[in-house]
Amino acid sequence: MIKTTRIVLSAIACAMLAAPAAAQQLTGTLKKIKETGSITIGYRESSIPFSYLDDRQQPVGYAMDLCMKIVGAIRSELKMPNLKVQLQPVTSSNRIPLMQNGTIDLECGSTTNSVERQKQVSFGPTYFVINVTAAVKKSSGINSLADLNGKTISTTSGTTSVPLIKKYEKTRNVEVKEIYGKDHAESFLLVADDRAAAFVMDDILLAGQIANSRNPSAYRILPESLRQEPYSMMLRKDDPQFKALVDRTIGGVMKSGEINGIFAKWFTSPIPPKGINMNFPMTPAIREAFSNPNDRGV
Amino acid sequence: MDPGIFLEQVPDGDGPWWRMLAAGLEWTLSVAALAWIVAFVLGSVIGVVRTTDRVWLVRLGNGYVELFRNIPLIVQFFLWFFVVPGVVPPVKRWVVSIDPLTFQLVTSVVCLGLFTAARLAEQVRAGIQSLSRGQRNAGYALGLSQMQTYRYVLLPMAYRIIIPPLTSELMNLIKNTAVAYSIGLTELFFRTREMGEMTFRYFEAFGAATVIYAGIAFASNRVMALLERKAAVPGYIGAGK
Repeated sequence: MIKTTRIVLSAIACAMLAAPAAAQQLTGTLKKIKETGSITIGYRESSIPFSYLDDRQQPVGYAMDLCMKIVGAIRSELKMPNLKVQLQPVTSSNRIPLMQNGTIDLECGSTTNSVERQKQVSFGPTYFVINVTAAVKKSSGINSLADLNGKTISTTSGTTSVPLIKKYEKTRNVEVKEIYGKDHAESFLLVADDRAAAFVMDDILLAGQIANSRNPSAYRILPESLRQEPYSMMLRKDDPQFKALVDRTIGGVMKSGEINGIFAKWFTSPIPPKGINMNFPMTPAIREAFSNPNDRGV
Repeated sequence: MDPGIFLEQVPDGDGPWWRMLAAGLEWTLSVAALAWIVAFVLGSVIGVVRTTDRVWLVRLGNGYVELFRNIPLIVQFFLWFFVVPGVVPPVKRWVVSIDPLTFQLVTSVVCLGLFTAARLAEQVRAGIQSLSRGQRNAGYALGLSQMQTYRYVLLPMAYRIIIPPLTSELMNLIKNTAVAYSIGLTELFFRTREMGEMTFRYFEAFGAATVIYAGIAFASNRVMALLERKAAVPGYIGAGK
């Protein structure tokens, strides 16, 4: 009697150990992936170096590398070596609706993890921390955000920079004229053409636009910060199974130190398409995010 | 669906969301009204010259229509806003010296005006050519010059005939102002997207925009229908139906 129970129990224990993912019922995104045999990743076309198109029009980048780790984990845990990866370009305005309506399963770009957005979608572990600041031409003589008083600044519509600037204007009694670009390249073009004095955006995206400009040495990024924001991959809300897989996979990459190599590959080495180096060493905030993986929003 | 969102305050902005959308609507209507004036004047001139007997004028008019009709509107916006100031130094100097908002307005009016003018020119030409040749000849027989024949004989009839397609063009123009979001003009569609982005209440935001666009297009349709009735010539097209 006792013997039988023990055999049954050990059999159950063995089954649980052997196939943790297969044993439990698949739900949400993982269920969809298993059924359709494919996962759709949303990428950005010009969020350098997180997610952008290289010279062969293939999406590459730091966030894409991390997302491919997740794809790898799905392949092995769901035993789907032939899992198809579909790539769908998204913009800052349509990424959340496309996530909600199921067009994309995972967004790998430069999306700020905010408390407000967490009401709509869920996020993986923070993989980057940015400062919202401004890029100016060195020749403009602008040294601080306060120097922008009375000037025209550009920013990209639909980003978190817009309310930040408005708040800064109100609290500091600074008055600027805002002009909106449809994407980062257009917003930067306005500064390059002297149509705007500064482009207010996340520092790393500014570094990307500068690195890709015709004359990178003509620009500088102001050392001030309007706010720190964590970047993370976006997933559907209320999908604990898929979120656990993402947290486990990315958390593992961070804890094992593998992340350092991926970071160096994209931020301190020449990257495609033009072999430009972002020259963006790891900041203390980013190091902290890697040693304590978390999905706290701002 | 919760209409209460429209009463909520814009984060770090001014006033509630409904006022933000109303401010956008104001831009939409201003741009549409100004662009309609540009389109009507220019479209009429080009439409008329395409029916005259001056070959080079006809060719010029045809060239204009083909050029502006065949380039997507959003591309035209980009050209006017980024490329023209980039390659024409005097425009660049002027753009840098003025308020960016003014240049966005000017770009939108010029771009939509010239685009719609090409379409109007086609309607005007069709209207004039739909009249029987006898009308033109009758004008000349009375000793009217070509200019006078157009002014007193052809155009009064042609415009009456094309009021229905003109109505469509006006409604199209109002809806086309939404493309001005691409150069950052804070018109209704831009505000709608902004509201969606900041509150994630896309359903409410775009629902409101849909109702507003449909409302103004319908209102302009009614106004043009009234105009059609008032201007109708008894016994002729559009009269007493």
